[in-house]
Amino acid sequence: MADDRPVVVVGASMGGLRVTESLRKAGYEGAITVIGEETHLPYNRPPLSKDVLSSGVSHEKVAFPQRAATADVDWMLGSPVASVNVDERSLLTADGVAHEWRALVVATGLRPRRLALPELAGRHTLRTLDDAIALREELRPGQRVVVNGSGFIGCEVAATARKLGCEVTVVSSNELPMLRPLGRVLAAELQSRHEAQGVVFVTGRSVVGLSGDTRVEGVLLDDGTELPADVVVEAIGADCNTEWLAASGLDLTDGVLTDSALRAIGLDGRVRDDVYVVGDVARFPNLLFDAVPRRVEHWNIPTDTGRRAGAVLGAYLADDGSYQEVAALPFTPMPSFWSNQFDLAIQAYGLPGLADPDGVRLLEGEVSGDSITGFYRGERLVGVIGFGMKAALLPYRALIAAG
Amino acid sequence: MVIVKVDMDMCQHYGQCVFEAPQIFTLNGDDKLEYVAESDEANRGDIEAAVDVCPMQAIRIVE
Repeated sequence: MADDRPVVVVGASMGGLRVTESLRKAGYEGAITVIGEETHLPYNRPPLSKDVLSSGVSHEKVAFPQRAATADVDWMLGSPVASVNVDERSLLTADGVAHEWRALVVATGLRPRRLALPELAGRHTLRTLDDAIALREELRPGQRVVVNGSGFIGCEVAATARKLGCEVTVVSSNELPMLRPLGRVLAAELQSRHEAQGVVFVTGRSVVGLSGDTRVEGVLLDDGTELPADVVVEAIGADCNTEWLAASGLDLTDGVLTDSALRAIGLDGRVRDDVYVVGDVARFPNLLFDAVPRRVEHWNIPTDTGRRAGAVLGAYLADDGSYQEVAALPFTPMPSFWSNQFDLAIQAYGLPGLADPDGVRLLEGEVSGDSITGFYRGERLVGVIGFGMKAALLPYRALIAAG
Repeated sequence: MVIVKVDMDMCQHYGQCVFEAPQIFTLNGDDKLEYVAESDEANRGDIEAAVDVCPMQAIRIVE
């Protein structure tokens, strides 16, 4: 008898959308239900810290196009999932309703980490469209904005807020902005570019409190200083949305562990044929580099993992003998990230963080201008970062891919 | 025939599309995107892949 239970995707995100498209491309014609906590259909997040913040904000501007092949997907939006029972192949949404599935795709992503501080007006994070809309309304000329955190989001928000005429201070416990993704030399250059535009950095410090009764008036640091503030943006990293999987028996050490076919792996080491993980929460081995499972929070990963998981799951459900062959295909996505801050376009390929401590080499240009920096593990190029020089960067991507 | 249109106000010239459909998209020497607007139907799959990987979602297929 045919199994008429749907494939259920949890997370109405880019990864969730890509896996539905990939399932259809793999020939799966059965029911697909996507259950998402957000009330919006999948949309593109990178513009949220850039264009959407500096111009008008609407879902229409950032929504992904929906294709004919996935027109019959059932989208259950505004519906967080509470728990799952993988042995019974069912889950419970927060409203107490049970949903059965024949296969499950985990695409629940991340949420911003938040300090345990009072919920004052003027306090923001930036992850969702609604976050961006709320923040945009407060970034008016002359507003004093304190950005807590100097990673991707912190630096992009700082640049955008400054361009909108705000007085911007970045507080970070790290000594340089984007230190981990960029390395020391490029991070120092990034900071000087921000400072040239009037952004102030307070480094080696952390936020311990907020002042104000109903609205933020100041930010308290661990050395006792207080920075006056009208707006505070917390950009101190993100946590995995995996609490709903707590009783699943899956390995939830930093995201959800998978094999290179994006199949979830249990604490008992068993690989599940019916549970897949995509996007920011997937901790998977990328055989382009090695067999070490890692989570990668770059924009291309939901698309690459979504395509891969859909192809493998599609083959499993087709039951036509192709499953083992498809699952065994090498999965070697090229990590890549981009960031625009003031006039600077940063672009990276590979995993620069894998480089040896002395494996960072300037390949083209000058750090103070446009540049291409290579990151080597032994003699192997494992990552490359361009400040500008977009066209010249492309051949290095091919070099990384060649291994 | 596939007709492709890139919103050049949104495009940040990252060149991701170049890897998915090099026969359609190129970055020129000034780091600016150039593309072939009209091409054979056989390119549709590659162009759809390019649409997917554009970080700014600036590419669309005109139906």
